[in-house]
Amino acid sequence: MVNDLVVDLSRLQFASTALYHFLFVPLTLGLTVLLAVMETVYVTTGREIYRQMTQFWTKLLLINFALGVATGLTMEFQFGTNWSYYSSFVGDTFGAPLAIEGLMAFFMESTFIGLMVFGWDRLTKAQHLIVTYLVALGSNFSALWILVANSFMQHPQGAEFNPVTMRMELTSFADLFFNPDAQAKFVHTVLAGYVTAAIFVCSVSAWYLLQRRHIDFARRSFRVAAVFGVLGSAGVLTLGDALGYVGAHVQPTKLAAMEALWKSEPAPMSFTAIALPNQAEQRNDFAITVPALLSLLVTHSWSGTVPAIDELEGRARERVRNGIPAVQAMEKLSANPQDAAALAQFKAHGADVGYGFLVQRYAPGGDLTKVTDADIAQAARDAIPEVWIVFWSFRLMVGFGLLMLAYMVLATMMSLANKVETQRWFQWASVLMIPVPFLACEMGWLVAEVGRQPWSVYEMLPTWLSASTHSVSYMVFSISGFVLLYTIFAIVEIFLMLHFIKKGPEAHGHAGAAKLAGAY
Amino acid sequence: MEGFFALEAYALLKVLWWVLLGVLLTGIGVMVGMDMGVGTILRYVGRTDVERRVAINVIGPHWDGNQVWFILGGGAIFAAWPLVYATAFSGFYIVMLVLLWSMIVRPLGFEYRSKMPSERWRNVWDATLFISGCIPMVVFGAAVGNVILGVPFNFDWRLTSYYTGSFISLFNPFAVLCGVMSLSLAIYMGGTRLAAAASAPVSDRARTAAVVFALVAVVVFSGCGFWVATMDGFKLVSGPAAAAAQTPLHQQVVREAGALLANYAKYPALWTFPALTYAGLILGVLSLAANRPALAWWLGALAWIGVMGTVGAAMFPFMMPSITNPSHSLTVWNSGSSLRTLGWMTGWTLVFMPLIVWYTSWAFWVMRGKVDVKDVAASEHAL
Ligand code: HDD
Ligand code: HEM
Ligand code: HEM
Repeated sequence: MVNDLVVDLSRLQFASTALYHFLFVPLTLGLTVLLAVMETVYVTTGREIYRQMTQFWTKLLLINFALGVATGLTMEFQFGTNWSYYSSFVGDTFGAPLAIEGLMAFFMESTFIGLMVFGWDRLTKAQHLIVTYLVALGSNFSALWILVANSFMQHPQGAEFNPVTMRMELTSFADLFFNPDAQAKFVHTVLAGYVTAAIFVCSVSAWYLLQRRHIDFARRSFRVAAVFGVLGSAGVLTLGDALGYVGAHVQPTKLAAMEALWKSEPAPMSFTAIALPNQAEQRNDFAITVPALLSLLVTHSWSGTVPAIDELEGRARERVRNGIPAVQAMEKLSANPQDAAALAQFKAHGADVGYGFLVQRYAPGGDLTKVTDADIAQAARDAIPEVWIVFWSFRLMVGFGLLMLAYMVLATMMSLANKVETQRWFQWASVLMIPVPFLACEMGWLVAEVGRQPWSVYEMLPTWLSASTHSVSYMVFSISGFVLLYTIFAIVEIFLMLHFIKKGPEAHGHAGAAKLAGAY
Repeated sequence: MEGFFALEAYALLKVLWWVLLGVLLTGIGVMVGMDMGVGTILRYVGRTDVERRVAINVIGPHWDGNQVWFILGGGAIFAAWPLVYATAFSGFYIVMLVLLWSMIVRPLGFEYRSKMPSERWRNVWDATLFISGCIPMVVFGAAVGNVILGVPFNFDWRLTSYYTGSFISLFNPFAVLCGVMSLSLAIYMGGTRLAAAASAPVSDRARTAAVVFALVAVVVFSGCGFWVATMDGFKLVSGPAAAAAQTPLHQQVVREAGALLANYAKYPALWTFPALTYAGLILGVLSLAANRPALAWWLGALAWIGVMGTVGAAMFPFMMPSITNPSHSLTVWNSGSSLRTLGWMTGWTLVFMPLIVWYTSWAFWVMRGKVDVKDVAASEHAL
């Protein structure tokens, strides 16, 4: 049986390395596209300043990109090293988008980024522009496929559990790809990246304006980014709404946690704006509510309702009971795949096999005949994620989102009115905005991933069962290693970023090096 | 997808993906190995900072693209051989982490090294480039060595895998020898590439390193070969039909002396693979002597094909045999994905692999020509 502490340490390690990876991802996603925009202006107008802009922001992109690649490698390894049962359980379905990501996206992104850096003097202007577009396309394709994979965990569509091979097997590639969750997620996440890059560029540019350096450069960079960011943040909000809408249908437990919705109520349901959720007693210790708003927000109608936690827990209890014979049938089939009675038993109960696993955690020695009613009730309780994390990270994300939309609209108006150069308060505000999009992204992932608990594959495979069977000391070793390395990485990255931002756009560039734009 | 043809197609697809896995691993050896070889000998071929930057800039435009062979290797094992991915990556945990940690300092080494003029700064990144050059290649070879020997793992009824050995046992002498083999090939590939694309004196030193390590590889390869001939291999006694959907819980496997040479006895044509290795390396040394480094690089790629083919031919149908319970061994027949997944993956590969080869070649063509000490020195502050 799996050791609970090992499971928790594996979760801690995965969560922190993933959140760390996602500090670099959004900037790469957005900045590659923004660079393509800037270079397009350069190629179409032939204005030198736009080439300088492209080259300077490329330099910052590269510092970020190196860590995106490094921390991405960790993610690629970790499914196998730390979630080995997960990997063999869903590899048949989940592995495909990951492999396709490599084939279609990473090769493109990584091959052409080399040419983007080294190719300035070897490619024609048009060729170089195409290369830049291919890098942007590659990084966005990579987001597409990894999010298709992630959406499979959120809403496992396109695969079916096969009791003979004891894993989920692909039934329809189209269903896997056209997962409604994947579509909303892709657009939401990619646009979140665009907003991140926009604010990054606005922020750094505003800093130059504050310092009264590189005025022309900063003004133009600011304007391109502001317009880009306004479109991005409006999109993020719309698609966030779509995500919530999809989520309400495919993951009722996550939605109930997002809204701290403990007790069922008739339509129109009221919206809880702020609350102190109390998981043990299943209520909010304090709450400010707005009547009728929830029905409107998540079902887009006055009369819609969504199930609350009390109701969801009741449903989970039934499904746990039904899942027990399914797991028992699976065990018999494992000994003899030809066992017709076991196969029939699995057919009858298989839809809830995941809930059977969920309660197996409490079965002494894994023996499901010894499960008590109290165990079943506990398993059903487990089916609800940690409400306060989901509730608050969701509110923070949305709050940051609204703040950023307001900021981007203001930034665009100020920039078009040529006021950014003169308003120092606004320059300060812009500089201070820099952490906001990164925080919003991290909060978004917390909602998505903590809200999915206790499942690694929703309603199919519990997280506790997914983990590799390591010893605690192995986990302590690996977590210590990551903490050490990632701390050093963060220090180096921040140092270099600040160094090159301080140095500014003019310090490097065009001189000499005709044959070799040697980056290294 | 029932019916006889579908089933036979399934067995064929499993074999096809076994071959494709070999292609990917060879791709890793050739493309990633080359860059790692350069990292390993960086301080030898480059005595001054400018010379080192020459070497780094030879592979600078391509290392990231090349590294995707490694990422794709992981992704393809995940998609096509999920049980192998799960069992190998978790079983080799500590070694995998060491491999990972040494690999993730590499992007930083390339990207950050020349960003600051300080000598201390650059020395630190040179050290990371060295570590991230030689450790992954040693682990790569040692992993193959351990798979040849058999790995201590077994499954419970649900197919949760348990690793039953210690991590120190993964560094047994045979595995280490295999690690030296892959590192030598990597240095050879890196050396020939530098000999072809760097200017003197970097290219001269690189040529020397390539010649030396080609000879080391020849000796180690022969040593491994004799060792393998005396080793216990594994033999599949009975199990479900090749084309059936199955798990590793329903077969009988025994250990048997000389089993690793059984396929060679049955199909003598397989001796072509070890012959390719020798031919590639020896002709490679000769072409280096004749000052044809580009040709020597291609001959090195041939040697990699030879080595991977040699191992694959000896192991088939085993992917990862178990010494804890040989009957739980992972084979080509019991650890692959379903027919539909393998089918889709074949489709995607057929479309994208040619594209990748095409644009990678274009990228190399754009950056063709020698990287010169003069140009590098002049580009200190370039982008
Ligand atoms: C929404 C986007 C997104 C998400 C959710 C993830 N990644 Fe990522 N990944 C990217 C978007 C991205 C990127 C934008 O394409 C990166 C980031 C920075 C970069 O340089 O490329 C990248 C780099 C990157 C690399 C290096 C690729 C290279 O060498 O070019 C690997 C191996 C992974 N990622 C793997 C993963 C895995 C296994 C994830 C799942 C846990 C994951 N990423 C989450
Ligand atoms: C880079 C963006 C991502 C972030 C920031 C992120 C964040 C998290 C967090 C916070 C957890 C911990 C949840 C918990 O244990 O309470 C988690 C778990 C997990 N996530 Fe994600 N995630 C990301 C992307 C992905 C993607 C794209 C996948 C799949 C393709 C994925 C698969 C998993 C798995 C397998 C676990 C471990 C099992 C579990 O605890 O649920 N994650 N992630
Ligand atoms: C009104 C504003 C927003 C709403 C309503 C919203 C809604 C959501 C929802 C419902 C999820 C969870 C998806 C799931 O079911 O798993 C989510 C996830 C996420 N959000 Fe937002 N969001 C908003 C703004 C933002 C902003 C401004 C950012 C970043 C700049 C952001 C970044 C993310 C990320 C990275 C994720 C995780 C990936 C994903 O599930 O798509 N969101 N968002």
